[in-house]
Amino acid sequence: MGLDNMDSGSSDIVSSVSPNWLTTKLDFLVNWGRSNSLWPMPFGTACCAIEFMATAASRYDIARFGMERMSFSPRQADVLLCAGRLPYKLAPVIRRIYDQMPQPKWVISMGACASSGGIFDTYSMVQGIDTIVPVDVYVPGCPPRPEGLLYGILMLHKKIRGETLADASLRDEKELDDSGLIMPASLMDELAEPFGNSIHQTRSE
Amino acid sequence: MNQSVDALRARFGEAIQDHHVSCGDTYVYVDADKVYEILNWLKEEPGQEYDYLVDVTAVEYRDPEPPLEVVYELFSHPRKVPLRLKAKLEKEGDLEIDSVVSIWHGADWLEREVFDMFGIKFRNHPDLRRILMWETYDEGYPLRKDFPLRGRFSRSEQVRRVLKGNPETNYSVEEISIAKDNTSIPDDMRQRLLRGESGNIPDSASEADRV
Ligand code: SF4
Repeated sequence: MGLDNMDSGSSDIVSSVSPNWLTTKLDFLVNWGRSNSLWPMPFGTACCAIEFMATAASRYDIARFGMERMSFSPRQADVLLCAGRLPYKLAPVIRRIYDQMPQPKWVISMGACASSGGIFDTYSMVQGIDTIVPVDVYVPGCPPRPEGLLYGILMLHKKIRGETLADASLRDEKELDDSGLIMPASLMDELAEPFGNSIHQTRSE
Repeated sequence: MNQSVDALRARFGEAIQDHHVSCGDTYVYVDADKVYEILNWLKEEPGQEYDYLVDVTAVEYRDPEPPLEVVYELFSHPRKVPLRLKAKLEKEGDLEIDSVVSIWHGADWLEREVFDMFGIKFRNHPDLRRILMWETYDEGYPLRKDFPLRGRFSRSEQVRRVLKGNPETNYSVEEISIAKDNTSIPDDMRQRLLRGESGNIPDSASEADRV
């Protein structure tokens, strides 16, 4: 597998704002800088965080990809890296951390739990952190191997290189709307719909 | 069989309902009203000396008939003997039992957990609040058999409620008492502590309170 056959998806965004030589060169420079100096805010809540630590340690060494240091203050971080399952009790915390990070910022959801609730389809578990904060890259696996996480980080690099300063919608924070959610309630219920064996567990309303 | 059973029967008579031995463990069923007295005796009486409370937990069985059981795991360090006590609480009843925090301080959080998960109230507990779930959680008691696995509300409603919660407002009695004297903490936090706030952001203030 290589990154080469991944479609960068940048062409249609850029073309919509009629780029010229100057803006594309500026975009290139800014994106080059941003993508190669991503400082992660590690939000490690469970077993995936162990694998994240392995990725950060010397053998896999994410410093090679510009993640030179962990940013334990959200105010100096570029990427929120949610490694592990997110209980509802922590949902307002991750939202607060995301709100405190300055733009530009991105979110990586590491592992099955962060991406979908994983095996924990229960009363206490958020069914995917994308119901709380917008997510850029999902890394599958339980837990993902360090190679998997690195692949996800490289995908994020690729995504960033496709961005353009002219497109303000890229910096949309998806703030909570009047309903107190970041998406329509019906959509959220649909996304969190149980699948597989768990459909036999019914909800008593 | 653990020799404490005979001693318990001799001392408390009718309050000791039943006992049996399973896999080498001795189970003693006692009256729920007498739990404090019996546990205190087991700890203080020379020859018993169960000085260590390993765990307090509760059981609800799948069938609807059997009552809830509060389980006390004891261990005697001087004598190296374990003992398991159970007290039955009828589901239709009050679900109240005496707290043993004044006997073993370690029972504090254990009893809070039982309260949080089963809704069993411990009389005379110094600070009986939820411990695992957040304090404004109002879907019920998750380990009860009538509690649906995914909770009672829809997912969107659950998310909406937690996002309204303020993670900085769950304080213990001790923390609240600090606020009176401590002037070095930020003023907004002091005010929240003084109010003893443990709740949701009111709907109208939710926007103003976001960072
Ligand atoms: S995805 Fe697997 S390894 Fe990661 S937090 Fe969930 S259970 Fe743990």
